Amino acid sequence: MAVYEHDVLVVGGGLAGMRAAIAAQQLGADVAMVSKVHPVRSHSNAAQGGINGPGVGEDGGPWEEHAYETTKASDYLGDQDAITILAQEGGREVLQAEHWGVVFSRKPDGHLAVRRFGGMGKARTFFVGAITGQAILHVLYEQLMHPARFQAMRMYEEWFVTSLIVVDGQCRGCVALNIRTGELHAITAKATIICTGGLGRVYEPSTNALICTGDGIAQAYRAGAPIMDMEMVQIHPTSLKGSGVLITEGARGEGAYLLNKDGERFMTKYAPNMMELASRDVVTRAEQTEIDEGRGVDGCVFLDLRHLGEQLIKERLEEIYEIARDLVNVDLTKELLPILPGVHYIMGGIKTDIDGLTPLPGLYSAGEAACVSVHGANRVGANSLLDTLVFGRRAAEHAVPWLRDQKFARVPDSVVEDDRRMIRGILDRSQNGDRVAKIRRDMGTSMSANVGIFRSPDKLNQQVQNLTELRARYDAVGIDDKGCVFNTDLLFHIELGCMLDCAEMITRSAIERTESRGAHTRLDYPERNDAEWLKHIVLTRQQDGSEKMSYLPVTITEWQPQERKY
Amino acid sequence: MKVKLKVRRTDPEHGAAGYSQYAIDMPESSTLLDALIQVREYEDGTLALRCSCRSAICGSCSMRVDRRARLACRAKIITVTGGDEEHEILVEPMTNMPVIKDLIVDQELFFSKIRQVDPYLQPLGPVPEREYRVPNEAMIDLTHTMNCIMCGACVSDCTVLEVDKNFIAPAALAKAYRFAADPRDGHTHERLEKLSEYSGIWDCTRCNMCVEVCPKGVAPMNRILQLREMAMEAGIQNNAGARHTNIFTKSIIDGGRLNEVWMLPGSVGMFNVPRLLVEAPGALRMLRVGKLPLAQAIPPGAPGSHKMQGMDRVRNVVKKAALLKPKRAEVTD
Repeated sequence: MAVYEHDVLVVGGGLAGMRAAIAAQQLGADVAMVSKVHPVRSHSNAAQGGINGPGVGEDGGPWEEHAYETTKASDYLGDQDAITILAQEGGREVLQAEHWGVVFSRKPDGHLAVRRFGGMGKARTFFVGAITGQAILHVLYEQLMHPARFQAMRMYEEWFVTSLIVVDGQCRGCVALNIRTGELHAITAKATIICTGGLGRVYEPSTNALICTGDGIAQAYRAGAPIMDMEMVQIHPTSLKGSGVLITEGARGEGAYLLNKDGERFMTKYAPNMMELASRDVVTRAEQTEIDEGRGVDGCVFLDLRHLGEQLIKERLEEIYEIARDLVNVDLTKELLPILPGVHYIMGGIKTDIDGLTPLPGLYSAGEAACVSVHGANRVGANSLLDTLVFGRRAAEHAVPWLRDQKFARVPDSVVEDDRRMIRGILDRSQNGDRVAKIRRDMGTSMSANVGIFRSPDKLNQQVQNLTELRARYDAVGIDDKGCVFNTDLLFHIELGCMLDCAEMITRSAIERTESRGAHTRLDYPERNDAEWLKHIVLTRQQDGSEKMSYLPVTITEWQPQERKY
Repeated sequence: MKVKLKVRRTDPEHGAAGYSQYAIDMPESSTLLDALIQVREYEDGTLALRCSCRSAICGSCSMRVDRRARLACRAKIITVTGGDEEHEILVEPMTNMPVIKDLIVDQELFFSKIRQVDPYLQPLGPVPEREYRVPNEAMIDLTHTMNCIMCGACVSDCTVLEVDKNFIAPAALAKAYRFAADPRDGHTHERLEKLSEYSGIWDCTRCNMCVEVCPKGVAPMNRILQLREMAMEAGIQNNAGARHTNIFTKSIIDGGRLNEVWMLPGSVGMFNVPRLLVEAPGALRMLRVGKLPLAQAIPPGAPGSHKMQGMDRVRNVVKKAALLKPKRAEVTD
């Protein structure tokens, strides 16, 4: 068994991971990246609409405005020290991306163009057509392909992390499966940065890619790192019927309308000022109310782009024009697009401080996997890309000076043995008629039904019971593929285990929070309750396997909680 | 809707290869990816393929469908079969890259070629405090190329790569265009020089396959043609491709048609004796069947060279074509 050693191990090859890797390398650290897919396959690709750029010229706007709007959208659950950093350092990251070569759309004078996004008072979102995430992800990968970086950085590409290594109360890297060979290895590191993204596949349907299975969050939880705000699941207002594929908020940013079956712009009733560009949680609840009260068609409402004109649609929204054409046979320049709310993003995640550091020494996290928290109870559109860049870099900048005084720990062989036994257990299990895919589908549809937009105690408790049953089925289910090379059957099994952990955390936290705030709407507690609930819910797995639930105060610096109106 | 699939299988651990056939029931709106996932999840968990986003943005699920490279997530079954439920869809891994297992290929060759074109911006001069000021048209043009999701379809079906593994191939050359045409990049000339060498832009045979299989409209061959134009304009003409273009143009402007006698020496170089000797048997065969007419013995441009009738009209066409050349974008202060 080969043992690998690095200063910094970045887990995940999306934007947060690549930004962290570049920063760590610039500081002279020996960096390695482990990712279950090639970095350019990462889900950061799917962020279509844009990236906020507070402080970039007049269009980016003053950072205070961006910070305030982020805070307000978070329903005051976001920590304002972190939000301030996001707003103050965000512009620098956008410009850095531009200098590295991102082909941002321009105004006629050659300066960066902006579009408006939901929850924002003005247009301050920079973009590359409707492929902003892809454009930035590919440019960061371009930077990684520079020979000086490429040769110095070890890429464990298509390696699947099975667990984190904790020795003497400190994270020392991970155990990972080389998907290509089926071999397990310990990759030890002084600092480990989890940038594994979200967990959208816990729900069915979801806008998320099939790889978004919450592995990093679950593995950090199992390693004893605290997990925060898990009840805060963003349900995006516009996803495609059937597949749940995302339709960017940029469409509404460019002026698209939301219509019910009577052709009425129903947002006049819910957010008369900001209309379609109110905060995502607000628009989502409005849509679901329309659908529930019988003003939808086949469980959908409509997105109307027709008045925007063919040129604008094809120039600025080409990607969704193609998606609509290819997946549902709709010509956006002439027809209405049926859409519905779809699970999109987890505001919660691995609890970190403003430097990406978790309470478990040696373990950092950034991006969607992390909870800093800048998004609080509801994330503003175009803040996710910003979050990955700012906190990916900050995690590396904190980790590298810190690790200089650290020594590699001796990692006992048992860490790899434990995971080998776990995998052997799955492979040796005989078939019982059940399937991993069936369990995953039952988990996803029940999570959507019971822990979705509108939550009630009956349904939440029902879901606790469902999850207990699903867990029992999971422990018993076998797989078809017994091989070593690219055994995706095995990976889906392990991923499902991670997703079940996440589903349980989401449900438990949703039961605990007896108020309505941001994306978390309790039918039995319809109001926000600052007196009791202006705090984070934190779940920590104890060494004996039991779970501790605790609370952390919200950091408030500048903006006192107010009633939230759009 | 009934769906019949015939899937190429490779089991590297037992050295076995063959086909698996599946017949499943799918909703009318399904894509091939939906069908393959259905198979993998409920029929046969040993079937290996890469897939992730389901919406043609991650580039994972490229494979050959009825002998043409495609993204499975963009291949609507009803379009592939033409509505014929008896049509058995042939699903195979991409070609030009080694198979790891079933539909999964090793893409290292693909990425190594990308790395070959120095795929990172190399600006000159100090970095501006704000963003680079560049025309929106230039950024939109580059965005079409940045649309590339590195799925590998063009590399799989490239007909040049099939016979010459050194060819940089369509995706990487399109990537090279993205930098050569980026007004922020300061190494356009060096890039074009390198790309004009053997295995670069002049080795494309313009078969158009990459344009046809690209699921994102990147049209790599068109980017290659743009690079050729840029290289010619930059005066990088000391290579067979550029010389071929020049003698071609000269021949048309002078006589209205290709001068077959002078094309070869004009392209490989008049004094390139070894190469001319290699080509000599072919030339003799052409001579024997009357494909090197005596009337073309005088080189284009020389007094007495052969002229077609209606040369004025030919020259007008050439003049008009020259006006179509796009202007290069620049950074403004």
